Amino acid sequence: MARTPAALRDGDASPLPPLHMRRDAFSPTKELGEIRESSGVRIVENAFGMAVYLVTRHEDVKEVLSDHARFSNGRPPGFVVPGVPDVPAEVQASARAGNLLGLDPPEHQRLRRMLTPEFTIRRMKRLEPRIVEIVDAQLDALENAGPPADLVANFALPIPSLVICELLGVPYDDRDDFHRRSARQLDLSIPIPERLELVRRGREYMASLVEQSRRHPGDDILGMLVREHGQQLTDDELIGIAGLLLLAGHETTSNMVGLGTLALLRHPDQLAAVRDDPDAIGPAVEELLRWLSIVHSGIPRITTTDVEIAGVHLHAGQLVFVSLPSGNRDPDFIDSPEVLDVRRGAPGHLAFGHGVHHCLGAPLARMEMRIAFPALLRRFPNLALAEDFADVQFRSFHFIYGLKSLQVTW
Amino acid sequence: MKIVADREVCIQAGNCVMAADTLFDQDDDGIVVVLVDEVPEDEEDHAREAVKLCPSQALRVAD
Repeated sequence: MARTPAALRDGDASPLPPLHMRRDAFSPTKELGEIRESSGVRIVENAFGMAVYLVTRHEDVKEVLSDHARFSNGRPPGFVVPGVPDVPAEVQASARAGNLLGLDPPEHQRLRRMLTPEFTIRRMKRLEPRIVEIVDAQLDALENAGPPADLVANFALPIPSLVICELLGVPYDDRDDFHRRSARQLDLSIPIPERLELVRRGREYMASLVEQSRRHPGDDILGMLVREHGQQLTDDELIGIAGLLLLAGHETTSNMVGLGTLALLRHPDQLAAVRDDPDAIGPAVEELLRWLSIVHSGIPRITTTDVEIAGVHLHAGQLVFVSLPSGNRDPDFIDSPEVLDVRRGAPGHLAFGHGVHHCLGAPLARMEMRIAFPALLRRFPNLALAEDFADVQFRSFHFIYGLKSLQVTW
Repeated sequence: MKIVADREVCIQAGNCVMAADTLFDQDDDGIVVVLVDEVPEDEEDHAREAVKLCPSQALRVAD
């Protein structure tokens, strides 16, 4: 297995992901909690071996994420990431175009507002019957595949992938390629040159879809962007926006459904509540989002000026990670934070982030999960693990936490 | 109690609608619309919750 520089430094026997990504099954390792209870902020190394300030308390995480003027998602000119080959500025600009996560207001708002009409709560309600159909079809597929069967490959991944493909205008037949690309390009144990090549190939693929859509804009988000904003958006921006939506649309919800199912299987009384009480699923989804916090940190921010956070002084130009799992398990935010309690609902959790970059697809993700979990548990009321819990493979090095697979029976 | 919304700051997350759909809605662009001039007394907790949950601090309570 290829090792990143940080992994090598962390130990010879078994390489570890960077500290803010380390987990013990569902939970962050206790080191994160120790930072939160002591200094609140610590300098850690990211996967590129760069020093990053890690912010761990709920209120501090919110402060960083809501202050985009002082904690920027952009990168100053000349910003260099070790191990990433130097490319001409125009190539870099083209590769970054349309990536909302790399932009600050007002540029960020310009692009986000083109997309938000597609993700309103009302729009999601109109989509509900179609998501129910997709979930039912995947339950059939799961049933036909086993028992036992892999819940990730047959249920958790196909649902959000099908949904985002239809919404965006991406042929689902191409899924094997883009699933493989996205699973590897965000995996920090894969060597940087390979990850960059996967990103490049992903953009190439999306460029072909953008070109088709420019000629024949369809009844989907890509078609809408071309029809309504085609003059204001460059091809690079369209490629970037569509690529981000495709990636974020299938990589996040799929891991929540896989990991969330495992969490419920480990808490049978809570699983029964989600299965049997139609009112339980709303709060349950929020609590699963909080407790699992599958996005470890999001895009690191960079300080634009000297700042103070948790009483620690940071100079301008420093990288800052916020730990979403740690913020979501802060006892100052919620009582008994280590306990999964699907009945409480956990309003105010940070699993979708905070501030202007708060997850655009949150209403869609919520809708998918609110349909998928109860449907799964009602179709298979005796759903059970078909492998030892100790053998379950977690995605330890992935930017988005989750399961590689999950063998279930019923 | 009144709620004031800054539609320029709103990032269309929809958390307010989730917290109190009798007090808030989204227009076709997803931007917040406050549905009531005066928040009914029995909805004040929901209104405060919505203010707290807004990820972009687009909502505030005005007395």
